[in-house]
Amino acid sequence: MLLASHYNYWIVIALMMIGLYMVIAQGNLVKKIIGLNIFQTSVFIFYISVGKVDGGGAPILNEGEVLYSNPLPHVLILTAIVVGIATTALALALIIRIKRAYGSIEERDIQAAEEMQERSAHHARVSAGKEQ
Amino acid sequence: MLAHLPILQVILPLMAAPSCLLIRKANLVWLFTLAVSFAALIVSVLLLQQVYATGPISYTLGGWQAPWGIEYRIDLLNAWVLFIVTALSTVVLTAAHTSVQKELEPNRQTVFYTLYLLCFAGLLGIVATGDAFNVFVFLEISSLSTYALIALGKDRRALWAAFQYLIMGTIGATFILIGIGFLYMMTGTLNMADLAARIPPLSESTTVLAAFAFIFLGICLKLALFPLHLWLPNAYSCAPSIVTAFLAATATKVALYLLLRFTFTVFGVDFSLSHLPLDILLVGLGLVGVFAASIVAIYQANIKRMLAFSSVAQIGYMVVGIGIGTATALQATLLHMFNHALMKGGLFLALAGLVYQLGACRIEQFRGLGRTMPWTMAAIVVGGISLIGMPLTVGFVSKWYLIAAAIEQQLWWVAVLVVLGSLLAVAYIWKLVEAAYFQAPEVDAVKEAPLGILLPTWLLIAANIYFGIDTRLPVEVTSAASQFLLGGAAQ
Repeated sequence: MLLASHYNYWIVIALMMIGLYMVIAQGNLVKKIIGLNIFQTSVFIFYISVGKVDGGGAPILNEGEVLYSNPLPHVLILTAIVVGIATTALALALIIRIKRAYGSIEERDIQAAEEMQERSAHHARVSAGKEQ
Repeated sequence: MLAHLPILQVILPLMAAPSCLLIRKANLVWLFTLAVSFAALIVSVLLLQQVYATGPISYTLGGWQAPWGIEYRIDLLNAWVLFIVTALSTVVLTAAHTSVQKELEPNRQTVFYTLYLLCFAGLLGIVATGDAFNVFVFLEISSLSTYALIALGKDRRALWAAFQYLIMGTIGATFILIGIGFLYMMTGTLNMADLAARIPPLSESTTVLAAFAFIFLGICLKLALFPLHLWLPNAYSCAPSIVTAFLAATATKVALYLLLRFTFTVFGVDFSLSHLPLDILLVGLGLVGVFAASIVAIYQANIKRMLAFSSVAQIGYMVVGIGIGTATALQATLLHMFNHALMKGGLFLALAGLVYQLGACRIEQFRGLGRTMPWTMAAIVVGGISLIGMPLTVGFVSKWYLIAAAIEQQLWWVAVLVVLGSLLAVAYIWKLVEAAYFQAPEVDAVKEAPLGILLPTWLLIAANIYFGIDTRLPVEVTSAASQFLLGGAAQ
């Protein structure tokens, strides 16, 4: 009964978990961002579900219509969608620059490159120290 | 004019940010940004005076009355934080011209100041607003500009650090959004004062508990509280020096303010600290953070990174104060917010001077700096002493209050651990002193940092000593603010 009447909330939970799992488990940066988007979208659906009133119509002044959905959460989520788009755009821009700088968008490759750089810098310092 | 101060505080930098793009010339943009930041400082001083004299100010945006429209509510707590943010931003900006010119390419300098002002506006907005959803919006304004600011760093690692912070920061902000959604579901309001009135009867509801958990976790991610701090060291060490100084002095303080605002004002002290075992959690995590981060800091070769870990440790002290939750402990936290901003602002500006001359700041480069860059090194030493918490510096004042608060509550072990944690700070500061004063210089030709950076650095370092001796202003304000926080929660 709970499952059927609140099915949208179950979808929210499922999407939220899928999104978070993708952010954590995926090594590809673009896939991470897709996961982040799914995670954010689940929250949008959550807000929209909260605003729905059973049997209510659109919140427009109509003759005879007295019951309507709460428009406030819907308006709030418009703002959150804009924020989500800005985040995605910024993240993709960063990914392009990461690709140019590291030659890869796989987390593993980037971390390996970091360690290489750290190690070679360390060797350079050690050998410089020996010469003195 | 005076009646509109709360909104002016936020709208001024917000409108100034896009104007930077019209001015274009880097020198003029810098002057403009500095002027805007200084104007914001004046506004915040006026607000602080007004609130201290007459009590909280409520400002309704566009004339829409409070629970329906967005309300800006300035009380002693956020007036104090607004003052810290604007004051530190103004000092940091005076040094920005010299440092940014050296570290950023000419075509990126205008963009830098635009992003800086956006971030500044976002931080001020978080603090000034009395509306829970508005907090989320401003949080994202400041976060998005912060990611871009970090990515301006020279090294390619800056990109990776910015990306990691973006992922963590977005998850944190979305958690806060979920929490606010739950609260709206239960109470039908987004106004903080209204929420505070409606939550107590619902304190047994699991939805409210879930809301609290999401908001708390989201804020702790932004705050970089110990196990959630992983983004901070990379972000601080890769960002341009000015950005590091600005973020270290202001951004963590604003996150801490949010934690205080939600735990004490919105949910109320009875709910957060008595109903939930949050006191043990905060004291525990805070102390573990102090030790873990300080020990890691000792082993860092990159000094920016070392001080970043030290920031994580200092956040630990502030959180311990919230966890103890008495008036004295809260006062210690509020004092340490101000004092830590002075210390880290000064220290990171000194490092900016170092980066200006040496291009980087690794421990090997500190050899002999006591002779080649005496003023910069002296600033680092005084800042370090303040970080350790020796008498006659601000660090001593806040640690003193924190230890007094712990002893008041018979928490002797907390007091002992706070002192031991300070000893760890001695270890990493000593490493710098040893390299700078007891080892021969690698290169003799290193010159002292330019005055443009040195003067603001010493302004902050001098403030460390001044407020360590003449403690009247911060102590009076924080004492009143902490009593207000607890009194406001008891009603």
